[in-house]
Amino acid sequence: MMQHLPILQVLLPLLGAPLAALLRGRDMAWGLALLLTGAAFLISIILFSQQQMTGETLVYDLGGWPAPIGIVYVIDAASALVLPVISGIAFVATIAARRLVEAEIDARDHALFYAAWLLTIAGMLGQVTTGDAFNIFVFLEISSLSAYALVAMGAGRDRRALPAAFNYLILGTVGATFYVIGLGLLYMLTGTLNLMDLSERLADVQSTRAAFTALAFIALGLFLKMALFPLHFWLVPAYAHAPSAVSALMAATATKVSVYVLIRLVFGVFGIDFPGLADAVGLLVLTLGIAGAFVGTLAAILETDLKKLFAQSSIAQLGYMAIGIGAMSATGLAAAFIHLFNHALMKAALFLAIGAIAAQVGRASMGTIQGAGRQIPLTMTAILVGGLALIGVPLTAGFISKLYLVRALLEQDFWLLAALTFISSALALAYVWKIIEAAWLKERPKGAPVLVETPVHYVPAWLMVIATIGFGIFASPLVDAAYAAAHVFIGGAR
Amino acid sequence: MAGDMLILALLGLPLLASALVLVLRDKPNLRDGQALLIGLITAACAIELYGRADGDTLFILSLAVGLDISFTPEPLGKLFALVAGVLWPVATLYTVGYMRGAGEENHTRFMFFYAIAIHAAMGIALSGNLLTLFVFYELLTFSTYPLVTHKGTPEAMRAGRIYLGILVASSVILLLLGVIGIWVLTSTLDFATGGILAGHIDPFYVPLLLALFAFGIGKAALMPLHRWLPAAMVAPTPVSALLHAVAVVKAGVFTVLKVAVYVFGIDFLRETGSSDWLVWLASFSILAASIVAMSKTNLKARLAYSTISQLGYIVLGAALATSLAASGAALHIAAHAAGKITLFFCAGAIYVAHHLTDIKEMNGLGRVMPVTFTAFALGALSIIGVPPLAGAWSKIMLMGGALDNGHLAVLAVLMLSSLLNLVYLGEIVLRGFFAAPSHGLKSEAVQEAPLTMVLPLCLTALMSLALFFAVDVFILDFGG
Amino acid sequence: MSNLIAHWNYFLVIALMMIGFYAVIARGNMVKKMVGLTIFQTSVFMLYISMGKVANGTAPILTGDATTLYANPLPHVLILTAIVVGVATTAVGYALIIRVYESYGTIEDDELIKIIEAEENAEASNA
Repeated sequence: MMQHLPILQVLLPLLGAPLAALLRGRDMAWGLALLLTGAAFLISIILFSQQQMTGETLVYDLGGWPAPIGIVYVIDAASALVLPVISGIAFVATIAARRLVEAEIDARDHALFYAAWLLTIAGMLGQVTTGDAFNIFVFLEISSLSAYALVAMGAGRDRRALPAAFNYLILGTVGATFYVIGLGLLYMLTGTLNLMDLSERLADVQSTRAAFTALAFIALGLFLKMALFPLHFWLVPAYAHAPSAVSALMAATATKVSVYVLIRLVFGVFGIDFPGLADAVGLLVLTLGIAGAFVGTLAAILETDLKKLFAQSSIAQLGYMAIGIGAMSATGLAAAFIHLFNHALMKAALFLAIGAIAAQVGRASMGTIQGAGRQIPLTMTAILVGGLALIGVPLTAGFISKLYLVRALLEQDFWLLAALTFISSALALAYVWKIIEAAWLKERPKGAPVLVETPVHYVPAWLMVIATIGFGIFASPLVDAAYAAAHVFIGGAR
Repeated sequence: MAGDMLILALLGLPLLASALVLVLRDKPNLRDGQALLIGLITAACAIELYGRADGDTLFILSLAVGLDISFTPEPLGKLFALVAGVLWPVATLYTVGYMRGAGEENHTRFMFFYAIAIHAAMGIALSGNLLTLFVFYELLTFSTYPLVTHKGTPEAMRAGRIYLGILVASSVILLLLGVIGIWVLTSTLDFATGGILAGHIDPFYVPLLLALFAFGIGKAALMPLHRWLPAAMVAPTPVSALLHAVAVVKAGVFTVLKVAVYVFGIDFLRETGSSDWLVWLASFSILAASIVAMSKTNLKARLAYSTISQLGYIVLGAALATSLAASGAALHIAAHAAGKITLFFCAGAIYVAHHLTDIKEMNGLGRVMPVTFTAFALGALSIIGVPPLAGAWSKIMLMGGALDNGHLAVLAVLMLSSLLNLVYLGEIVLRGFFAAPSHGLKSEAVQEAPLTMVLPLCLTALMSLALFFAVDVFILDFGG
Repeated sequence: MSNLIAHWNYFLVIALMMIGFYAVIARGNMVKKMVGLTIFQTSVFMLYISMGKVANGTAPILTGDATTLYANPLPHVLILTAIVVGVATTAVGYALIIRVYESYGTIEDDELIKIIEAEENAEASNA
C-alpha cells in the first residue's frame, strides 16, 4: 500500500469524480468529496514526512514501466512541500463548501459540482506529482477544464460568471497550447518527455535557438496560467464571479501549481546554467513581478467588491513569487516556495471568510460589511489577520515570506527592487485599512440585513488563520523545507 | 529574583493587566485598581532590573535560523524600561481621573490597549536583536492605533489614518529594509557593544544605511516624518501624555540611539563621518519644530511640536557619535519624559477642570490652578534646560559632545533652541500667573482638577527635580 | 533555399497557428474565438505529427516484418491525448457560449462589455 501512495494521491480524487456525479442523494456527493480530499491530505502528509526523513526522492513507475520509457511519479523535496498545501487547502475548502454551495448553487447541480471539484483537485495534485512533461499538460487541462466549469456554475447567482469563465477558457487554453508547442520543440531536440531525462539530454543541445524558443514558449504558457502581469486579465473576473467555495479553492491553489510547474520546468529541466536564463529571463521575470505587485495592489485599493479586491491582491502576491524566481538564486527560490505556501494559507483564510459573508447577503463589499465588526466579529477578525499577513506584519506568515524575499534580493544587491517590494507591501495597508474601518469604525446602516456567524461559517477560515499565525511564529520547518526544495534545483549553501 | 524572570515579569505583567482589564470589564474600580497595582509592581521590577548588572538573556523562540525572539537587557534598554515602567502607574492613575472627569467612553477598550502598548514598549526596550525590536515596534504601532482613534469622530479616524500610514509605511519600507540589509551584510541581527557593522560594509554606503534607519524609525518624528505626532493630538490627553510624550516617541528615539550605538557603533560612525548629515537634519528639526510651536495657540499642539523639537535633541546626540553625546541623549530620554509628561498632565487637568484648550484663554488661570501651573513651570524649566531641573544636565552633555566632535554650530543651535523654548513655554506660565483673567474664567476661586489627576502631575514634576540631583544614576557609559 | 522547402510543414504550422491566434484575439464574436482556438490547437497537432514522420517510414502498426521502417508513434499518441483535450475544451466552450447567449442575448464581445459595465456601475453605486 505504502509504495502506491504517490499514485493514490492523484487517483483517489480522480476516480471519486465520476462517482460523485452519480450520487444524487442529499449531501452524499459532498460527503464523498470530503472523504477523498481528507484522504488525499493524509497521503500528502505521509509522503512529506517520508521524504523529509529519508531525504531521498521517491520514484513511482506507472504500470511498472521504468523511466524514461514509462511515465513516473516523483516525490522530491519540492513536490513533497507543495502537495500538502494543495491537498490541505482542498480539504479545508471542502469542509466549508457544504454551506457555501448550499447557499449559492441549485440543488440539482450539487453532484456535478462536486464531480468537477474533485477533478480540478485531482488535476492539481497530478501536476505536482508527475515526472513527465506531457503528463503535466494532461493534468493541467483536466484541472483547468473543470475549473472553467466550476467558475461558470456561479451563474446561478451572478451571470457575469459566464463571460468570465469563457475568457478564462480562451486564455487558459492559449496558455496550455503554448506550453505544448514548447514541449514539442523540446521533444524534437531530445526525444524524451521525462523531466529528469530531459534535463540531462538538454545539456547537449542547450545552445540551439530551438531550445531557447522552447523555453520561451513554455515560460509564456505558464506565465499565462499563473496570471503574471501582464497576462493576468482573466483572473479577477473569474475569481470574483465564481461561487464562493470555488473562489476560495482556486485563489489559494490554482495559480500556485502553475508557479510550481514553472519552477520545475525552468529550473529543473532547463537549469540555471541555461544560456540566457539567469540574465535575460531573470530580468524579465523580476520586472514583470514588481510591475504585477504594483498593478495588483493599486487596483485593489480602488476596488469596493471584496472578492475583486483580494483577487487583485493575488496578482500582486504572484508578482512577489515571480520576484523570488527572478532572483535566480537558491534563496530566491526558497522565498518563492515560502510565499507559495504562505499565500495559499492567507488567501484561503480571506476567501473563506468573505465567502461566508457573500453566502448570506449575496455580495461582500465595502457597503455590505459596514459595521459588520460587531455582528460577525470572528469572521471579520479572520479577514483582519489575513489582511495583516498580506501587508507582512511580524508574527504572521506573510512577514516570513517578505523577509526571505527581500533577503534574496539584497543578496544580489537589488536594493532598489527591495525598496519597491516594500513600498507595494506598505500600499496594501491602504486597502486592508479600508476594510477595517468599514467593519469596525462605521455603524451598520438601518435596514441592512443582519449578519450571523455560526461555527460552520468561521471555523474553516480560522483553521487557515491559525495556520497563518502558526507558520509566522514557528517558521523553521517551512523555511528548512523550502530551502530543501530550492536545492533540488539550485545547489549551494544557504 | 533571577534576571531572566525579571525580564519575563516586565514583559508579562502588562499583558496580565490587559487580560484582567477584559475580565473585569464590568467592575470599573476593580479593573482600574488592578491596572494600577500591576503598574506599581512593574515599576518595582524595572527599578530592580536597572540596578542589576547585565548578562541575563531571555530566549523565547526562534522563527527560523538566525531569526530569534530574545531579550537582552543592557544599560540603555534598562533605562527606557525604567522610564516606561515608572511612568505607567502614574499615568494609569491620571488616566482613571481623566476618563471619569472628562466623561470619556469605552474605558475598557482604552485600558486594554494602553496595557498592550506598555508591553510593546517593554519589548522594544529589552530586545536583544533587531528582529525582536522590529516585531515589538510594529506591535506598538498597531496597539496604539485604537487609542489614537478612541473618540471615533471623523477627525480621530483621519488622524488614525495619518498615524498608521506614516508609521507603517516608514517602518515597512525603510526600517525593515535596513534590518534585512544588516542581516544580509553581517549574517546576524544581534546587538553588540561597539556595533556589528564595521568591516562588513563599504564606508561609502554607511550614510545611506543610516538614512534608512533614521527615516524608517518614524516614531522618532524626525522631520519630515513628523506629521503623525500633531495629528495624534486628537486623542484623549492620557494617550498624548504617556504614549506620545513617553512611550511611542521614546521608543522611536531609543531605537535610533540603540541602533547607532549597538548596530553601527559610535566609533565606526565617527570614523566614517557617516552621521554628519544627520547632525544637520536633527538641528534643523530642533529649530524648525520650535518655530512652529511658537505659532500654535492650541496647548496640545504647541506641546506636540515641542516634543518633536526635543526628540531632535536625542537624535542629535546619536548623530554626534561621541560617548558624551550619546550619554546625554540617553539622559534626555529620561529627563524629557518626566518633563513632558508633566506638561501634558497639566494640559489635561486644565481641560477637565475648565474645558480650555487654547492658550489665549488661559490668562490668569495660574491663580485659579496654582498647583497645576507650578508643576507646569517646573516641567517647562526642565525642557528649557535650566538647573536645578533634569533637562539642564542632558543639554550640557550634548553641548559637550558637540564640542568633542568639532560641531561648534550645534552649540549655537542648542542655545538658540533653549531660547525659543523659553519663549513658547514661558508664555504659558507668564499668562497663567501674571496676566489679567480672560473672559472664559468664571470665578477667581481656586479650582483644580480632581486629585487623581493633580497627584500624578505633582509626582512627575518632582521627578524632574529629583532627577537633577540623582543624575549620576542615569549617566550611561558607552565607552569610546 | 532547399531548407525552406524541406521545412514546409513548419511553415504550414506557423501559418495555421497565426490564423487561429489572430481569430482568438482580434475577433469579437465568441463563436469566432472558439473557431480560432480550434485552428490554433490544430496547428499544434500538425507540428507534432509532422515532426514524427520518419523519411520513408510507414504507419506505425506492427506487421511482423522486421525490416519495415515506421514513423514515430509517440507523437501520434500525444496528439490523440491532445485532441481529446481539444474536444473537451471545445465542448465546454460552446456550452458556455450557449449559456451566455441565453442569459445576455448576444455573443458579441463589445455588446457584452457594455452590458456588464452598466451592471457593474449600478452595483458600485449601491455598494
